[in-house]
Amino acid sequence: MKSYKLKALLAIVGAIGALLAAPAHAGKTLDGVKARGQLVCGVNTGLAGFAAADSAGKWSGLDVDVCRALAAAVLSDPEKVKYVPLNAQQRFTALQSGEIDVLPRNTTFTLTRDASLGLSITVPNYYDGQGFMVPLKSKIKSAKQLKGQTVCVQSGTTTEKNLTDYSKANGLGIKPVVFEKLEAAENAYFTGRCISYTTDASGLASTRNKVAKDPKEHVILADLISKEPLGPMVRRGDDEWFAIVKWVMYGMLEAEEYGVMQSNVDQMKSSTDPVVQRLLGGGNEDTGKLLGLDKDWMARVIKAVGNYGESFERNVGPKSPLGLPRGVNNLWNKGGLMYAYPVR
Amino acid sequence: MSAKSPPKKKSWSWRSQAFRGLLYQLVAIAAITAVVWFLAHNTLYNMKVRGIQSGFDFLSGPAGFDIGESLYPFDSAQPYWQAFVVGLTNTLRVAIVGIILTTILGTLLGIGRFSRNALVRGLCYAYVEFFRNVPVLLQLLMWYLFFTEALPAAAEAWKVGPFFLSKGGLAFPVPVWASGQFWAAVGLLAGAVLALVYRKWALRRFEATGQIRSMFWVPLAICLGVSLLGWAAGGAPTAFDYPMMGEFAIEKGGSLTPEFLSVLLGLTVYTAAFVAEVVRSGIASVAQGQGEAAAALGLNPGQSMRLVQLPQALRVIIPPMTNQFLNLTKNSSLAVAIGYPDVVSIANTALNQTGRAVECIAIVMLVYLVTSLSTSLLMNWYNSRAAIKER
Repeated sequence: MKSYKLKALLAIVGAIGALLAAPAHAGKTLDGVKARGQLVCGVNTGLAGFAAADSAGKWSGLDVDVCRALAAAVLSDPEKVKYVPLNAQQRFTALQSGEIDVLPRNTTFTLTRDASLGLSITVPNYYDGQGFMVPLKSKIKSAKQLKGQTVCVQSGTTTEKNLTDYSKANGLGIKPVVFEKLEAAENAYFTGRCISYTTDASGLASTRNKVAKDPKEHVILADLISKEPLGPMVRRGDDEWFAIVKWVMYGMLEAEEYGVMQSNVDQMKSSTDPVVQRLLGGGNEDTGKLLGLDKDWMARVIKAVGNYGESFERNVGPKSPLGLPRGVNNLWNKGGLMYAYPVR
Repeated sequence: MSAKSPPKKKSWSWRSQAFRGLLYQLVAIAAITAVVWFLAHNTLYNMKVRGIQSGFDFLSGPAGFDIGESLYPFDSAQPYWQAFVVGLTNTLRVAIVGIILTTILGTLLGIGRFSRNALVRGLCYAYVEFFRNVPVLLQLLMWYLFFTEALPAAAEAWKVGPFFLSKGGLAFPVPVWASGQFWAAVGLLAGAVLALVYRKWALRRFEATGQIRSMFWVPLAICLGVSLLGWAAGGAPTAFDYPMMGEFAIEKGGSLTPEFLSVLLGLTVYTAAFVAEVVRSGIASVAQGQGEAAAALGLNPGQSMRLVQLPQALRVIIPPMTNQFLNLTKNSSLAVAIGYPDVVSIANTALNQTGRAVECIAIVMLVYLVTSLSTSLLMNWYNSRAAIKER
């Protein structure tokens, strides 16, 4: 009789719990971050130039700079970040469930991801395209020569679909060899299992630099077969947090446009240029208040990671180990696609 | 005189054990149903509130991805559910061939532990201890590394007759399909039936007259002979599609990719170690007197093992063997780590392209559940046949 009562009690509690179940994080991300005192950031498991930890466990990269910028804006300290490494399969579920606050993980913005996952795309921090890497001695000059060949690719990315579309459009009959882990796909290409490896062009440069025994033995073909705008994603239903992430990105671009750098932020705070004042909280301007932050939000961001150009040069630019050209990632008035909405 | 016992009265009171038992079962079922309903309802509610789309309608949309290897051609314009079917055939391909090979290898190893030759015994023991204790994922990776590192590139493939062995896999000639192969297959089936009929007849003659007839070679000859007749009747086609060295890789012919070979060999070798132990325990469970009695009757050790000890050992072997078959089937899901497109790999791709995580995982679970239950049913039927019939 006692066990019957206990079971009945448990069933009733379970039913009440079901009725009261409410989503934990809609509209509350900023409050959660402030209460926790830490930003939980989902990043790549290890992609040099975008998000990689060194031997001491210190993270660096273009996407890591986004995390640090957000932490500087919201928590006043760029080091108050918990990095959660995620592979291609886990990344969206981690964001949907509330495990992480933001996902800057070189994720391509697509309709499916914006519309059907309960997530929102924000602002791209890198415009990329999908390319192919082949060994130099194969003498392949164009992707169209890959007729009927095997190509290594990582599962869970837009790469597979783009490869199929390209193969079909050009009648190539490419045979994909699909691996769950990035490292397995890279290894299979470098041991010679596949004649080619395909992913975003920035990923190819990163891989060739990090994994290849002799980077000069591998060629990244010039054909880019798709558009891959990469950037951070956030959950739907929290417009406040969405605005903060968006405007931190635009702020970094606007800073580069107006010459605000990590080295001159303190002097620029006392500038009389109204645009710079609105950006850095000089004079009586306080754009941060409208976002739910304070007036030094952008000044802290630039002090922590620099403007977009500095972040780019440091992580993936021509002088970095990846050696990628600024190309389409330059500012709009210098021939690129980076167009910041006005911070005012 | 036996008195009839009074009929049991059904009393619906707390003191009746039957009534209490029934009540507890009803409450347990209600509790489990409540938990399952709560989990499902909570999941669906949370997904709706966060704007995550759900439902199985995505299965009829075009897949949009190619599959590296499949038994029949698959085009990216075909719907997702057909891609899942291709994944399922890939899994079954590895599972069925793997189960057959592992049974043969495992049984030989298990019997080898009873050999009078110390070297054979030692080798079987070393094999079991090594392959049983290394995690299966590491073994699969080891095999894949062997195939992709130790073998030469496709441009310098090893050529043995018409076969090519290289990093691209094992290329072999396939017969060009004509009606002759179809009739050969029909002939093989007909020959198998005739062979079984012959065996039954030979058994009856043996029991009547004691004259031993060949129970293996003659039926095999019958099978092959009828198959040959079918082939000849179909026009005796001899055309083969030979693999040839192309610009970067071997072209034409059929091929077994290194992914398939690694998964197959890795799983076979791993599970065979477990099967060997199961077989060994089964044989050890047969009383030693049986072996001695068989020897006293004039049977040689091979016949004694085959006719007396193994059939009795089967009772002990079959239930754990079912476990090993199911383990092999489920371990094939690790193929996704080395690039073999089994059903888990296809589900991963579908999951990432459509975002329907719950649905795709549910489909994969259902596939493995149905496969495992079918295997168990088959083995249980075989078990009941092998059991000692009690009177």
